[in-house]
Amino acid sequence: MIHLLVLLPLLGGLTAWLIPSNRLRPLLLPAIALPHLALSLYLIASATPAQHGGWIWLDPLGKITLLAISTLFCVCAVYAVGYLAYRQERSNRVLCLGLLVCLAAMSLVTLCQHLGLLWVAVETTTVSMAPLIYFNRNARSIEATWKYLLICSVGIALALLGLLFLAYATHVAHQDATLLLPDLLEDARLLNRGWLHAAFIFLLVGYGSKLGLAPLHTWKPDAYGEAPGLVGALLAGGLVNCAFLAILRVYQVCLASVAELLFFQQVLVGLGLLSMAVAAIFMARQHDFKRMLAYSSVEHVGILAIGLGIGKGALFGVLFHLINNGLTKGVLFLSSGNIHRSYGGKTTEIVQGALTRLPWSGGLFLAGFIAITGSPPFSPFVSEFSIVSSIFVERRYLVGGLFLLFLAVIFIGMALTVLPMVMGSPRTDLGKSEYHDRLLTVGPPLVMLLVIVWLGVWPPEALLQLLKDGAAMLEVRP
Amino acid sequence: MVSFADQLLVLVMLINFIMLGSSRLAFAIRAVAVQGVVLGIIPGLLHPFSGHLLAITVSIILAKGMVIPYLINDAVRKAQIRREVEPFLGYVPTLLLGAVFTALAFVFAQKLPLAPEHRDLLFVPASIATLMTGFLILTTRKKAISQVIGYLVLENGIFIFGLLLAEAMPFMVEAGALLDLLVGIFVMGIVINHISREFSSVDTSRLQALREE
Repeated sequence: MIHLLVLLPLLGGLTAWLIPSNRLRPLLLPAIALPHLALSLYLIASATPAQHGGWIWLDPLGKITLLAISTLFCVCAVYAVGYLAYRQERSNRVLCLGLLVCLAAMSLVTLCQHLGLLWVAVETTTVSMAPLIYFNRNARSIEATWKYLLICSVGIALALLGLLFLAYATHVAHQDATLLLPDLLEDARLLNRGWLHAAFIFLLVGYGSKLGLAPLHTWKPDAYGEAPGLVGALLAGGLVNCAFLAILRVYQVCLASVAELLFFQQVLVGLGLLSMAVAAIFMARQHDFKRMLAYSSVEHVGILAIGLGIGKGALFGVLFHLINNGLTKGVLFLSSGNIHRSYGGKTTEIVQGALTRLPWSGGLFLAGFIAITGSPPFSPFVSEFSIVSSIFVERRYLVGGLFLLFLAVIFIGMALTVLPMVMGSPRTDLGKSEYHDRLLTVGPPLVMLLVIVWLGVWPPEALLQLLKDGAAMLEVRP
Repeated sequence: MVSFADQLLVLVMLINFIMLGSSRLAFAIRAVAVQGVVLGIIPGLLHPFSGHLLAITVSIILAKGMVIPYLINDAVRKAQIRREVEPFLGYVPTLLLGAVFTALAFVFAQKLPLAPEHRDLLFVPASIATLMTGFLILTTRKKAISQVIGYLVLENGIFIFGLLLAEAMPFMVEAGALLDLLVGIFVMGIVINHISREFSSVDTSRLQALREE
């Protein structure tokens, strides 16, 4: 049953490759994504055995990530049908194949209990996403693809070295190397300190470059800026969640080893604050709204890292923010894709008065901006607030102060780009566009926005319980 | 057998220097292919024979010795380039740096808390030296193809460390890693092809349209 989560999209990918019609092929995306979501929800709701020795098992942390990924992919798949209808001049065979293979790999990431297999799955998401960034086939997109491919591949290779160090630490401890998560957690206390230390550094650098923590974020603005909107949404909401889950697994090992936790937490807080600072600097006076969204992603992985570094009460907020950030980025990227299509540009010189020209997409983009900067009643407010309050409860006043300062600067910086974009009136010299807001390109982000409001105002009890279970797995137990 | 493995590792490190010093791409690709084959042989010298071992050896030699070099050669042919003309850093300085890194790798490996049975072997210094060589090639060369070669050398360095832990890396993981590497190189080859068509050169220093104003 659980294997279907991976097999279903893989089969879909194969079918997509075989379907000859460019017009019919995109319909396959929702045809795979909807059953995938239904299956995910069923597996998440069903009770799993308390402990399992195998490689593949869905624990609460995996469930939370799977929920975020499957929902986001489903919405993007429906949107893709409407989007690709405008791009009939270009073959979408590779795009559909890549999206489905990436869904399979992302699902596998959430299921892995073996760190080696987890690494293979994360690497697969990297490789399968590369051709999608290149969908527009121009000089700028190829440059972005090359940077993404090279930086992420080298990063992931370093993560593999970190994994080997971790395995070597178990080898030195008891002559029997292992990378199976339950075994690692069991004898983490025995592991050699030096190797463990090296392993954490390499794993953090490796998965951190995939996550986009500053200073390893340099590929992000380019890739997010040049990829089509729906690919950007999956990069920011899908791959980020996968990489973060990989970091959570490392965190679990740190937790069990006791000795390394404090070091790891401090590095996370430091990198998180640096990410927020970098985002704040580059967000100001940013004319390209897709690149602005990339820096927003850098900011939010920073928030996740800080929350994880603080630990304790912030953990609930971190896991909730993982879901909220993914969904909100979905709203922003999908609506920004519409705006880009209609205006034929993505800088504030060209895009003005989006609310007049595209009332629905412009409105969604504005609402997404308000949501991502953490304003009520949207759910990112709830998760960010719980992280901030936990920082102060832990008496980390300096961290908390900087956090709030960066949030304020980022809010102002983003507003200076977004408000001129959506307000005012469009330039008169702008030609008519083939693009108009239709149900298929506006409906999916609208549904996602409603979900964010729902989660912010009245989160379902089952979800809260799941988040609490996840947070409990990351808490220090005396 | 273990001492023979050590000699092969010396060969691997010599190949590192050949790659650092050569400007001809075809030659560098052949060198990295030979390095891959040598690395494919080593597991067979360390562990008792088994079906698992045979499968790994054959797939590594096939992938690193034939398929990957073929893919890169193909990209070179389509992009019509022969040599790395202007590296960011010249060949003599990179060779010297490579020598320094290799020496440091030996010093560093002495200090590591290795398991007793690995203490006198060349695996760890060879791994670090190869890793650093890969980094050097990645950061000092301009052509996209040289960077791919650097990435491969880096991966080889990591692979050498993995040889110490063959039992921790089950077949599925190793096969998956190898497959990912293959597909990764395949995609990189396609991208290089498009770079050369778009910019009529594979100089990555020309990839500078995207930056913050």
